[in-house]
Amino acid sequence: MKKLVWFGIAILGTAALAMIATSRGETINSIWLVAAALCVYALAYRFYALWISTKILVTDKTRATPAERFDNGLDFTPTNKWVTFGHHFAAIAGPGPLVGPTLAAQFGYLPGTIWILIGAVLGGCVQDMVTLFFSTRRDGRSLGQMARDELGPVGGAAALIGTLSIMVILISVLGLVVVNALKHSPWGTSTVMATIPVAILVGLYMRHIRPGKVLEGSLIGVALLLFSVASGGWIDHNAALRAFFDFDSQTLVWLVIGYGFLAAILPVWLLLAPRDYLSTYMKLGTVIALALAIFIMHPEIKMPAVTSFVDGTGPIFAGKLFPFVFITIACGAISGFHALVSSGTTPKLIANEEDIPMIGYGGMALESFVAIMAMTAATVLDPGVFFAINSPPGLVGTGAIAAAKISSWGFPVSMEQMQQLANEMGEKTLFARTGGAPSLAVGMASIFGNAFGRSLLSIWYHFAIMFEAVFILTTLDAGTRVGRFMLQDMLGNLYKPMGRTSWLPSVLISSAAIVASWGYFLYIGVLDPYGGVNLLWPLFGISNQMLAAIALSVGTGILIKSGKARYAWVTGIPLAWLCVITTSAAWEKITSADIRIGFFAAADHLSELLSLGKLAPEKAAVAPKLIFNMQLDGIITIFFVIVLWTVVFEMLRVGWRKTIGLPIPPVSESPHIPSRLVEDWVRD
Amino acid sequence: MEKLWRLIRQLSGEDAYERYLDHVRKCHPEMAPLDRKAFFVREEERKWNGIRRCC
Repeated sequence: MKKLVWFGIAILGTAALAMIATSRGETINSIWLVAAALCVYALAYRFYALWISTKILVTDKTRATPAERFDNGLDFTPTNKWVTFGHHFAAIAGPGPLVGPTLAAQFGYLPGTIWILIGAVLGGCVQDMVTLFFSTRRDGRSLGQMARDELGPVGGAAALIGTLSIMVILISVLGLVVVNALKHSPWGTSTVMATIPVAILVGLYMRHIRPGKVLEGSLIGVALLLFSVASGGWIDHNAALRAFFDFDSQTLVWLVIGYGFLAAILPVWLLLAPRDYLSTYMKLGTVIALALAIFIMHPEIKMPAVTSFVDGTGPIFAGKLFPFVFITIACGAISGFHALVSSGTTPKLIANEEDIPMIGYGGMALESFVAIMAMTAATVLDPGVFFAINSPPGLVGTGAIAAAKISSWGFPVSMEQMQQLANEMGEKTLFARTGGAPSLAVGMASIFGNAFGRSLLSIWYHFAIMFEAVFILTTLDAGTRVGRFMLQDMLGNLYKPMGRTSWLPSVLISSAAIVASWGYFLYIGVLDPYGGVNLLWPLFGISNQMLAAIALSVGTGILIKSGKARYAWVTGIPLAWLCVITTSAAWEKITSADIRIGFFAAADHLSELLSLGKLAPEKAAVAPKLIFNMQLDGIITIFFVIVLWTVVFEMLRVGWRKTIGLPIPPVSESPHIPSRLVEDWVRD
Repeated sequence: MEKLWRLIRQLSGEDAYERYLDHVRKCHPEMAPLDRKAFFVREEERKWNGIRRCC
């Protein structure tokens, strides 16, 4: 019977994939995409994940996990596997899988979708599960500690530096997405600003009014957030208030920087913790609602399967399909950041090793499904509208010129159509709202609008903007804080008092340093004429894939060291692929003569224009900053590639020494202690 | 239904204090447990001193 069910899933999955593969020229229904994805995840889980966990990792249900051995009722607690799954998913799923696929939709729906599915099933899910398993076997140690223990101090240092730098790049690019979504949008800005007092109110409620009643507090908070979306509409209709919340992008950058600094130094209970509760509920609720709406509506996909932009001339970001689709979609296919949650945080909750495939592999499969939904929401828009929202003005011009240019690419769009859409969404204009968030919000609003009532389109749009901004800001403040701790830890080695996490001068200096680093990239990103997304997103993708390569190197190293070298391909193949794509993407970003791709080429081009006096005065004023920044970005890219190959070589060196029998750092696995939680435990 | 409510309470961390009390009674009967507010305050501080959120 069970075999029949799996046979049925295999048939359905094949049929859905065949449907996608054979339909050319006409539109295809999004339900096929969703069905194909779900079948692929189910089959991969049943036949690949469980095979890895039983044959290669050899999960042992009689072995006590760290949660059982160090049970303190706090961070180490054996937890129900569905609850652990929920915590794990809430921790790994951020704005990344929503933004990446939206940007990559410029290549058409097919390339991104294939990479999301294959990348997740063979790469991302495996990375998360293997890291979770090895960390669970090592008392829940973090990725950095595991890299040091298993590969030596060089690997450990590389992992630490890699983590800190990805944090800075990640926060700046996410900040840019928020700024682009909120510029000259009084409704959006007032709604997002309202989330701050709402979070503080919830924080006070949970701490002082009804201590520990997190469900009540969160419910009140969510209700207030929904109210703030509606009241944003009233502000938008009032001329005086409208002007008060109408900011240009430069001002918004300073507001975001100020917010980030405050969030890093204020006590967590006041802002960070309550905000995280709210964003988690918003996130889970919206993801479920979007899935339901896509199932009910199953809209037609209007984007072609593959567009002509695979040749590298795309307006949203420059570069050919290979390697840039693999860099643009990091989260959703494979995300190194997950390894930080899969080690250190989640392992302390695992009650039984047999829960690991479901939590590690399944959690990532669900995140990958979120990416598929984001791809759907982006591609159900008219392609002309999609490109009008996402193309930077530096490339296509503004207004009617932009509409004509985009229509000339074969994606018809008119001024009237864009104006009507902007009116429906309650915005002044939707041209050049780069960063992915606004187009995703338009896509979500049209799906929600068709499923749950079209008259509320503007509410749905601003709800979607608020939802994205809320959890981008959550990543921003949590990331700044983590960065602050890491920096304090490093500085503590140089000057002892700096390492004390609560010493005020240390808090202020290290917070300011972290905020200044991401604030710098954010500020420059806003100045960039081609839209900072073109500049920053590839950098983020490269850094995230670099971190994934570090995690997979640790995994491969442990497999080889524990005598399972013939199975090392399970992590080795995704690792090799990551090395290929990150290195070739970095190579292009460094050496390409195309000024939209190559950092150094762009810097040279701009300095030439500057020295010839061909720039308008206001552009000439910022040109030196832009030139310096592009050179800096190029150097950072080179640095990422060096870190990546250092870790890979460390892993290969350890593996080679093991093969020819030279001494290597011992496997740091904790000893086997029988579990008392399994029923069939027998005293021996 | 009751099971679902238990799951929701556990997922949100609403029952964290009760689970903590259980743990103290079971494993450290000699220790006086923290009160609800002190426990919550300590938990909030602890939870945020590490990587809790991804991209």
